[in-house]
Amino acid sequence: MLRALLLAFALVLCLCMPAGPARAQDQDLQTILQTQAEEVASPGRQSVGTLIEALTASGLPSVPLFLERWADRGVYQRSSDGLFYFAEKQGDDYALSDIASGAPAGTAPGSEMTQIRPNGGVRRVIATALVQFQLSDPDITRRSAALDAIARSPEPDQLEPLRNSIAGETDPELLARKERLAGMLAARFGDTADERIAAIEALSGALSVDVRAVLNQILTTKPGVATALPENANIARTLTPGKDLTEDEAYARLVEAGLAPAIWSRDQIKAALTENIADGAVGGVPLGQLVSEDGRDRAYAALAAAGTVPPLVTKADEATAVSAHVFYEEYDETDASITSAAREALDEVETRVFFNQMLDLGLDALSLASIYFLAAIGLAITFGVMGVINMAHGEFIMMGAYTGYVVQQIIPDYTVSIIVALPLAFAVTFGAGVAMERLVIRWLYHRPLETLLATFGISIALQQLAKNIFGTQARPLTSPSWLDGAWVLNDVVGIANIRIAIFVLALIFLGLILFVLNKTRLGLEVRAVTQNPGMAASMGINPDKINMLTFGLGSGIAGIAGVAIGLYAKVTSEMGADYIVQSFMTVVVGGVGNVWGTLAGAGLIGILQKGIEYFNPSNTLAAQTYMILFIILFIQFRPKGIVALKGRAAGD
Amino acid sequence: MNGSFLSQNRSVFWFLLSLAVFVLIVTVLSEATGNGMISTSFVKTLGKTLCLMLVAIAMDVVWGYTGILSLGHMAFFGLGGYMIGMWLMYARIEIIITESLRAAAIPPTPEEIHDAIGTQIFGVVGSSDFPPIWIFAHSFWLQIAMVVLVPGLLALVFGWLAFRSRVTGVYLSILTQAMTLALSLYLFQNESGLRGNNGLSGLQNLPGLDAVPQAQISIAFFWASAVALGAGYVLFAWVVSGKMGSVIRGIRDNESRVRFLGYHVESYKLFVFTLTGIVAGIAGALYYPQAGIINPNEIAPIASIYLAVWVAIGGRGRLYGAALGAAFVSLLSSWFTSGGAPNIPLGFYTIQWTDWWLVLLGVSFVAVTLLAPKGIGGLFDLIATRGSAEGGEKK
Amino acid sequence: MKTLLEMSGVSVSFDGFKAINNLSFQIGEPELRAIIGPNGAGKTTFMDIITGKTRPDEGKVIYGEKSISLLKMSESQIAMAGVGRKFQKPTVFEAQTVRENLAMALKNKRGPFDVLLYHKTKRGAARIEELAETIGLTDSLPRIAGELSHGQKQWLEIGMLLAQDPRLLLVDEPAAGMTPAEREHTTDLLKRAAEKHAVVVVEHDMEFIRRLDCKVTVLCEGSVLAEGSLDHVTSNPEVIEVYLGR
Repeated sequence: MLRALLLAFALVLCLCMPAGPARAQDQDLQTILQTQAEEVASPGRQSVGTLIEALTASGLPSVPLFLERWADRGVYQRSSDGLFYFAEKQGDDYALSDIASGAPAGTAPGSEMTQIRPNGGVRRVIATALVQFQLSDPDITRRSAALDAIARSPEPDQLEPLRNSIAGETDPELLARKERLAGMLAARFGDTADERIAAIEALSGALSVDVRAVLNQILTTKPGVATALPENANIARTLTPGKDLTEDEAYARLVEAGLAPAIWSRDQIKAALTENIADGAVGGVPLGQLVSEDGRDRAYAALAAAGTVPPLVTKADEATAVSAHVFYEEYDETDASITSAAREALDEVETRVFFNQMLDLGLDALSLASIYFLAAIGLAITFGVMGVINMAHGEFIMMGAYTGYVVQQIIPDYTVSIIVALPLAFAVTFGAGVAMERLVIRWLYHRPLETLLATFGISIALQQLAKNIFGTQARPLTSPSWLDGAWVLNDVVGIANIRIAIFVLALIFLGLILFVLNKTRLGLEVRAVTQNPGMAASMGINPDKINMLTFGLGSGIAGIAGVAIGLYAKVTSEMGADYIVQSFMTVVVGGVGNVWGTLAGAGLIGILQKGIEYFNPSNTLAAQTYMILFIILFIQFRPKGIVALKGRAAGD
Repeated sequence: MNGSFLSQNRSVFWFLLSLAVFVLIVTVLSEATGNGMISTSFVKTLGKTLCLMLVAIAMDVVWGYTGILSLGHMAFFGLGGYMIGMWLMYARIEIIITESLRAAAIPPTPEEIHDAIGTQIFGVVGSSDFPPIWIFAHSFWLQIAMVVLVPGLLALVFGWLAFRSRVTGVYLSILTQAMTLALSLYLFQNESGLRGNNGLSGLQNLPGLDAVPQAQISIAFFWASAVALGAGYVLFAWVVSGKMGSVIRGIRDNESRVRFLGYHVESYKLFVFTLTGIVAGIAGALYYPQAGIINPNEIAPIASIYLAVWVAIGGRGRLYGAALGAAFVSLLSSWFTSGGAPNIPLGFYTIQWTDWWLVLLGVSFVAVTLLAPKGIGGLFDLIATRGSAEGGEKK
Repeated sequence: MKTLLEMSGVSVSFDGFKAINNLSFQIGEPELRAIIGPNGAGKTTFMDIITGKTRPDEGKVIYGEKSISLLKMSESQIAMAGVGRKFQKPTVFEAQTVRENLAMALKNKRGPFDVLLYHKTKRGAARIEELAETIGLTDSLPRIAGELSHGQKQWLEIGMLLAQDPRLLLVDEPAAGMTPAEREHTTDLLKRAAEKHAVVVVEHDMEFIRRLDCKVTVLCEGSVLAEGSLDHVTSNPEVIEVYLGR
């Protein structure tokens, strides 16, 4: 039924077409083409311009599609009437469709249709024209896609259409992009040196990666070697062998440039010797003597003297050859004024990028510092205020993280589950801390090393317990969607929202702890017990209770830190162990018994770690190694930490 | 070391006697000389245990006697292992390479052999060049010297830095733990020059002794470990007896008082720390050829924590306690974790010891710290007190 | 009598609190000197400075014929130079025997290797016996020091002080916890030591000081308030005010 209908429709079209104009627009495109039918059928790179101009000037919506098909060799000419069609092969025949509407236009036998095959040059001209169309396309996504395509592989002939499209651009964001891209294209492909220099100078204010790429592309160099520095070349720099490149590299360049004979490698020499073994000797040197490089050289020299192999290039030959030549790098761009402008602009951009990178690094360090602070502040309370060292602190962090994980299994909404998990993690680890204090630690006050050991035991047991319950693989703790994404300041500076959240959490806790310790009854009693337990007891403060609560508080904060760390890292039974040494470092470096000290310690370690990673970004293991070494040395100079308590209160 | 030393330290006599008897029994029952009642792999386990006992008594001297809770001695132990491992690997591969290049038309040069060994050893970390730390690997004696020098120098430098800034107590423990962590993280890198996390392997195959059965090699190492343990025991018993023992125990109990008596406390700590570090390195050098492989995991901080656990369970401040603790806990540990212990079905849940052993160890460790600070060695006190009541041993 | 120790213009403060304030002090050899003063007068800090435990913020501490400065020396070096100290709270090594305690204090080389290779000598053993005799602990030599009574520990610590054979003895409250007979014995000991050496005694007990019969220095708020015979200083109105006034 449908097919019958289509057939009928096609038949009607076929009948109409030769009969005369059907619709005005069709007529127009076909008419324009017919006026220069010869050019359409066999376009020339030079001559096609006028035709394309005429097409663009017509403003017909069907022109872009036609150009596209034309370039893709999808346009055919019917020999009977000279009309142009889009055609597709169907068996021996061609299915035609109208060039303006794309509507089917019947079939034609293969013998009647001639495929139009524009050559490469013409296709490029067509593509440029097409760019113009795409850049002015009414559909904003197509315009944007066209810009992306240009940015991906910039070509000189895209500059003109891009510039032409700027005037008609209505979207402000796209307009900015077009102008930027036009600037970058102008810098690389502008017609005159002045135009390019102006464009390059305009780029020096930016810091995006693509701008840097453009400048770097202008500044590409090729290595060169000659007996004397060429007069008219745009030299980037000359290279001194032994300083900028090794003697061997320099010689390799000579070999590559055909200015010196190649050096034979040890393996090649050996192969040559092997080929020339005769009567248990090579070149008269017995095989037994070939067990040293020296012996082999002698044998090879003998072979070379006999003319069997090319002569050996000695170190001295190499040095002579190298010293007889100059080595340099030459800009691909011949105009020195352009390269120097680009160099200047690049330097400016790089300085700006450097400062922005520092800013970004600072943000990273801040975020790392807040994680360390969260992980360590609980420890600072138990270790610093109570003098109790808790090696199971890391496992409390882990407990908090697993609490968050379990809550997420029960409450599917991520926002709600985090809101529930934070206090619950606090409660769970508070309880665990109090239990541990009651059962173990209070029997070991004033025996710090034994506390350290006993809490080790607990740490080992808790870690294995978590493994038994939750398995060894990492468990996800998913952050709510509003914490996904990042806050991006520019191309260089950006920070993930989750890290901002952790920073805010750390700030809240800093405030909270300072408040509790300095402004509440509990804090007063804690400080009293810390400074003089006997006196505090005689004033009616129950040191037992205070110790219990302090320990609970420190552990509870570890639990909350666990949720925060779990959100940004992964939840495993070993995550506590990953943080415990850093946490202790934070407390020790900062100065024991002092919230501000912990803050300073976390800041120092965060900055340090990020700073080291900046210099050696690929190797975080090395960064951690160096950081620990630095801390060991730091403790040499400030054994009591950054914020040290002085005098008798510090004790021994 | 004269007669009076031995007569004053009965425990040394009894320890050496028991060790000798034990070594003889194991030798007779082993596959090498006897009926094979003790398998070669178990001889290796016992030999390794002797090495662990040696490092445990070193730990006891530094912790139990001098009061420095070092969490770094297993790092020295591991370094000793790495040092001997370098030679074992180099020499064994050198033999293999020389063998395979013998058939070549032109005999190989030393450089070629060296390069081929480098490719063989460092291929797994994508390199073929020998890092500078391998310069002595070709020589057995130089590398043996490194077994002593490398852990010794690390202990000396680290100890000098730590003690001179008067870092004590838990701070020092954490600092030593940081050192251990830094070392293990460093070794985990491929660029460390020690094959990153692959570590050194094939150490059980002694170069040039392919024809000798492992049964005999294991007994030889067992003997060597026993001799080292015996010598180490005598050395440490000598150090902790007499005036030196008096001073270091004084440091443990009241460091500043010792200082006011005119003793330079830092030198003593450094002496003990370095000496025990060296012994730990030697113990490691004997351990890893029996284990066959060493990698950075062996140096991770947890290993040193376990060492402290052994010594604490065995009983601090007495050498035999530390030695017994190490033997007891490490053998028990391998029994439990290798699935030797029967699982306990509870109906609703089966306690699998491979999973629950560490929980048990952790909890019992807490219990020992709380309830029996003297550890297993404390039991001997009861016997000794009864003995002295009958006019026997004097302390 | 020549000057053995001279402190001049020494100040030290802890968190803004001036524990020692521009203190100057001299002692000759031989000489016996008593130091009195109310709580917090800086007596212990004064000893801490001489023995190197506390570093002063300013001032000089000059010791011996060669006029060496003690400020650049470590605690152990100062002790080896001949400054011995007995602490207020008896601090003996409680886990070790009385003999070991005394042996450790005996004047011998103090390097680790000297100590490691140390052999018991007849002379040393005789010296220990002699000291034990002096402090009345002959029978207790093989006992663990922790088992001793408080008074015996005091004696042991005095014995350890004597064993070091120091030139300057700093003795903090030696008579605390002693019976009258023991106090008398202590007085004799100190007086005998002061025949050859410099002895500084910090004490609260006026009766004990009267029996020492020596020059007295009164410390107050970190500096010297008065100096002279006991009668002289106790008649000083400022001293009276400090002790009784408030």
